[in-house]
Amino acid sequence: MLSKRIIPCLDVREGKTTKGIKFKENVDIGDPVDMAKHYYDAGADEIVFYDITASHEKRNIMIDVVRRVAETIFIPFSVGGGIRTVEDMREVLLAGAEKISVNSAAVKNPQIIAEGARAFGSQCIVLGMDVKQVEKTEGIPTGYEIVINGGRTHMGIDALAWALKAQELGAGEICLNSIDADGTKEGYEMTLTRMISEHVSIPVIASGGAGTPEHICDVLTEGKADAGLIASMVHYGTYTIKAIKDFLHERGVKMRNVW
Amino acid sequence: MITIIDYKAGNLTSVVRAVNHLGFECRVTRNVEDILSAERVIFPGVGSAGQAMEDLENTGLGQTIKEFYASGRPFLGICLGTQIILEKSEEFNTTCLGLVRGEVKRFPEPLLSDTGERLKVPHMGWNRVGLKKPHPVLKGITPESEFYFVHSYYPAPASDDNVIGTTAHGISFTSILGRDNMIAAQFHPEKSGRPGLAILKNFCLWDGKDAE
Repeated sequence: MLSKRIIPCLDVREGKTTKGIKFKENVDIGDPVDMAKHYYDAGADEIVFYDITASHEKRNIMIDVVRRVAETIFIPFSVGGGIRTVEDMREVLLAGAEKISVNSAAVKNPQIIAEGARAFGSQCIVLGMDVKQVEKTEGIPTGYEIVINGGRTHMGIDALAWALKAQELGAGEICLNSIDADGTKEGYEMTLTRMISEHVSIPVIASGGAGTPEHICDVLTEGKADAGLIASMVHYGTYTIKAIKDFLHERGVKMRNVW
Repeated sequence: MITIIDYKAGNLTSVVRAVNHLGFECRVTRNVEDILSAERVIFPGVGSAGQAMEDLENTGLGQTIKEFYASGRPFLGICLGTQIILEKSEEFNTTCLGLVRGEVKRFPEPLLSDTGERLKVPHMGWNRVGLKKPHPVLKGITPESEFYFVHSYYPAPASDDNVIGTTAHGISFTSILGRDNMIAAQFHPEKSGRPGLAILKNFCLWDGKDAE
């Protein structure tokens, strides 16, 4: 039986993690490679990096980070942010990432999913989806709409329809982020996660809103997600990966407990 | 020196990094002489069996792999490399290398868990391996050890003699198979944390002799 996955997410700008990350010993660590190592040793099942470097010229800094991470940790990790072409994908995968994620680039050009899947296999292609709840309309029958630019631009695309289309195009996994829940620490968007997860046959990573182990438990059970993305709840040392996994294990959720 | 066979089936970077991390040198090659003279070989691969076999046949590497296996030196299959050592695959009805009797099947759909929940295909993520027999390459692996899998097809050897470990995903399938100097895993040891690295290290030190 597959274990449910716990996936820390690191935002990286110009080669440094963006938040003043504090672990137990209260040390600021801005190096994504050190942080990846920390989470690898702590039992993370996978790691997600988002490159939020604004300038395209500085993207090679991220490639160097990916290369160094790949020499340091031996679990899968994915890289997203700024990936627009098959060449961008190839660069990141050859540097050693297991997967790449596309978000707004795929909304603007869905064929990038098919091209990536054809070139590297579906298992490499993660569709990142930013979703906002809206009024149900003919165009948005589920009441969940695809947004980009951090939620500022509504795309007029229904979230469920988009998830199904991406799966058909060859996405191997979906990272489903609720813009409404993101940053609230009040729990994942359960209705959305469950709806998407029940309708697609590829794994769904729930993202946005995790504040406690209870939230993760909810989204992995009732929410039917395959994995939970976490950020601040571990970055600031509030919880350790082990404490989260122990909690989930006690609740009967199968976890990778030995690493 | 570990020789990693490059037959254009996916990214070999992570296998190279893991072997180097363990302190072993390796080379990635598709040169017949290099492979035949290798001390030990890793046969990785990601992608589809049809494409992989086509490449192996066009380049003649399929024959090279059979010859290397016959030499008795240690041979490790990973993921797609593990599937195409069997006789045939349901994926595009492909005839494979046939180093081990049996075939490669697709997970049935719908695939249900013990409790009746619908399971997803591909089988992607961390899972355990129940060891059916001891093997030098699996030294230190416990029932709680988990490994990273990504696949929609699974190996089904004809004889239980070749089944070294099994994994449950709706059905029970062979996740580690072996024969003589060859051992092959459906999962990715290079992406499976410490237990995966332990398997790679054991393989790098293995003399190719079977457990029994």
